[in-house]
Amino acid sequence: MTEAMTLSAAPPRPVPAGEPVLEVEDLRTYFDTRDGVVKAVDGLSFSLKPGEILGVVGESGCGKSITSLSIMQLVPRPPARFASGAIRFRGRDLLKLGHEEMRRIRGNEISMIFQDPMSSLNPVLTVGDQLTEAVILHQKLGKRAARDRAREMLDLVHIPEPERRLEEYPHQLSGGMRQRVMIAMALGCDPSVLIADEPTTALDVTIQAQILALMEEIRDKLKTAIILITHDLGVVAEMADRVLVMYAGRKVEEADVVELFERPQHPYTRGLMASIPRLTAAEMETAPPRLSEIPGIVPSLNALPPGCTFADRCPHVQDHCRRGYPPLEPKRPGHVAACWESHRLPEWQP
Amino acid sequence: MLAYVIRRLIATIPIMALVAIFVFLLLHLSPGDPAVIIAGDFATEAQIQEIRQQLGLNDPLHVQFWNWLMNLFRGDLGTSIYSGLPVSRLILQRVEPTLMLTLCTMVIAVTIAIPLGVVAAWKVGTWVDRVVMTVAVLGFSLPVFVLGYALILGGSVWLGWFPVQGYTSIFTSFTGFLAHITLPALTLGLVYMALIARMTRATMLEVMNEDYVRTAYAKGLSTRTVLVKHALKNAMVPISTTIGLGLALLIGGVVVTESVFAIPGLGRLTVDAVLRTDYPVIQGVILVFSLTYVMLNLLIDLSYVLFDPRIRY
Ligand SMILES: Nc1ncnc2c1ncn2[C@@H]1O[C@H](COP(=O)(O)OP(=O)(O)O)[C@@H](O)[C@H]1O
Ligand SMILES: [Mg+2]
Repeated sequence: MTEAMTLSAAPPRPVPAGEPVLEVEDLRTYFDTRDGVVKAVDGLSFSLKPGEILGVVGESGCGKSITSLSIMQLVPRPPARFASGAIRFRGRDLLKLGHEEMRRIRGNEISMIFQDPMSSLNPVLTVGDQLTEAVILHQKLGKRAARDRAREMLDLVHIPEPERRLEEYPHQLSGGMRQRVMIAMALGCDPSVLIADEPTTALDVTIQAQILALMEEIRDKLKTAIILITHDLGVVAEMADRVLVMYAGRKVEEADVVELFERPQHPYTRGLMASIPRLTAAEMETAPPRLSEIPGIVPSLNALPPGCTFADRCPHVQDHCRRGYPPLEPKRPGHVAACWESHRLPEWQP
Repeated sequence: MLAYVIRRLIATIPIMALVAIFVFLLLHLSPGDPAVIIAGDFATEAQIQEIRQQLGLNDPLHVQFWNWLMNLFRGDLGTSIYSGLPVSRLILQRVEPTLMLTLCTMVIAVTIAIPLGVVAAWKVGTWVDRVVMTVAVLGFSLPVFVLGYALILGGSVWLGWFPVQGYTSIFTSFTGFLAHITLPALTLGLVYMALIARMTRATMLEVMNEDYVRTAYAKGLSTRTVLVKHALKNAMVPISTTIGLGLALLIGGVVVTESVFAIPGLGRLTVDAVLRTDYPVIQGVILVFSLTYVMLNLLIDLSYVLFDPRIRY
């Protein structure tokens, strides 16, 4: 198919079974700042299969949000630029699309929900207004049809009395309700990819569990592929099919969720896990584990050391670790990690 | 809402009372005896005394104040010393040009300044932004009368597009009205425009960093929709405050503009009254301006409801 044909308004071609819906390849999002080049995302590759939940974990500042905003092409350029990479969505490289083409994908085929539902909804527009906007724009629905659709979406996210809610303003809703509205808004056009950037971080623990359950339900019902960004390994353990661990703008480990939690190959991942308190499911609801305090801090992304970026904080560090950055290699079947010393790490005791 | 309006109206009573006292005392604390002025240069002491008696100037101050106040409530603002006509009639005759000038200025300024501010914010740091901001600074530093005469020179004398001076009522001839009002409205409006444009730009820059603006972009909305529907609506509360406060600025400008363009409005009436020390007229005009200003502020406060659903009265 030629480029021009793919760009036409025809419905997106179905993703062949087993093929990824989204493929990120060697993505580099750099910020040109007065203090030098900040390599917020530095050579990141991953893929996402239809209906899959990919957990992306890492401490704050390691490039998770910039990754998701890069996929949406919502990073401010300048100061940001894409130094390299491709983001293939249904066979098209998003980095090569024009403004208008990208607009047709945003909120339509790829949607995003954000961390803080308090500030992410427009305070001066009604819930109905904000819910109908995307379907009117992308699906060319009329006012009436868009409203019906909005009511349907509110039903889907289990908001009672949808008719009344449509007339209300965000400040009349609780935090959990608002995040439900955000999810409903993102799903209005039935996207094949939903990016959720710390969707529960700003919420109470009980509400967190409800929102996560809702997202899982949506994946099962609509087969939406979800990129679930979080700094909370507990959330990942419960929700994700596959996990990608990020450190300082790079992927340091990736595996299926069970494999990762049973045999973590990177000391950073181990550090994150060590801090999860062992809890029963009930305890998880009331006191979910938070990311460990691994001693030390994430290095400045504008002055990364030549060797392994985790070396300064690593309990297993060797001299040679500081000489070159470790390649991302398969350590076990379907399990990659970037660590010189992984074969010498002690057996992981969960 | 109604309760709030009533409460606000009641709250204006002490303000208006203070204004009334000030205006009343103006007459009695100012140099010059009104009876002497009215009587003219060649009056005898007896004639002056008689006028005093007529005007009630021999009564105790509080009695005078009470009578004056009661007359006010009846719509009687006194009689012009100069022309002998009722002040209320003089004011009514002059209201239209001033009202129209202010309205046109507001409309022109707001419709030009808000889009300019939005564009400057959108194109922040580019030459577009710099041009808009430079014009805004100029607008602040250019005195109204300089701009007024410059526009007369350019628009009327050289180009001949506009009449030099004067006023035509909108009820007489609409085109004549437009021709006469354009230059004065531009003159009066430049400072106002500069003020609103700067405020719009600053507020928009702030709002454009908000999370909900990012959400709007994430929906695939066009920049235009995001800026106008999502950002500007949020910016409107501070902007409308500026529009309201700026009106106070206009009142001073109205007087100068009307003089420059020879518009027979309240501003001219004020200037003439001051030159002739026609106290009853001065008093009347101040009262009208004050009342208008207080009411405008109330209207502005009420207008917030239109822009921000979180505000409830
Ligand atoms: N506008 C910007 N200018 C410079 N650096 C930025 C900018 N935005 C983000 N960064 C940098 O990118 C890095 C990754 O940020 P982010 O993706 O938000 O991290 P997180 O993993 O917490 O979501 C951070 O170290 C931050 O300093
Ligand atoms: Mg983040």
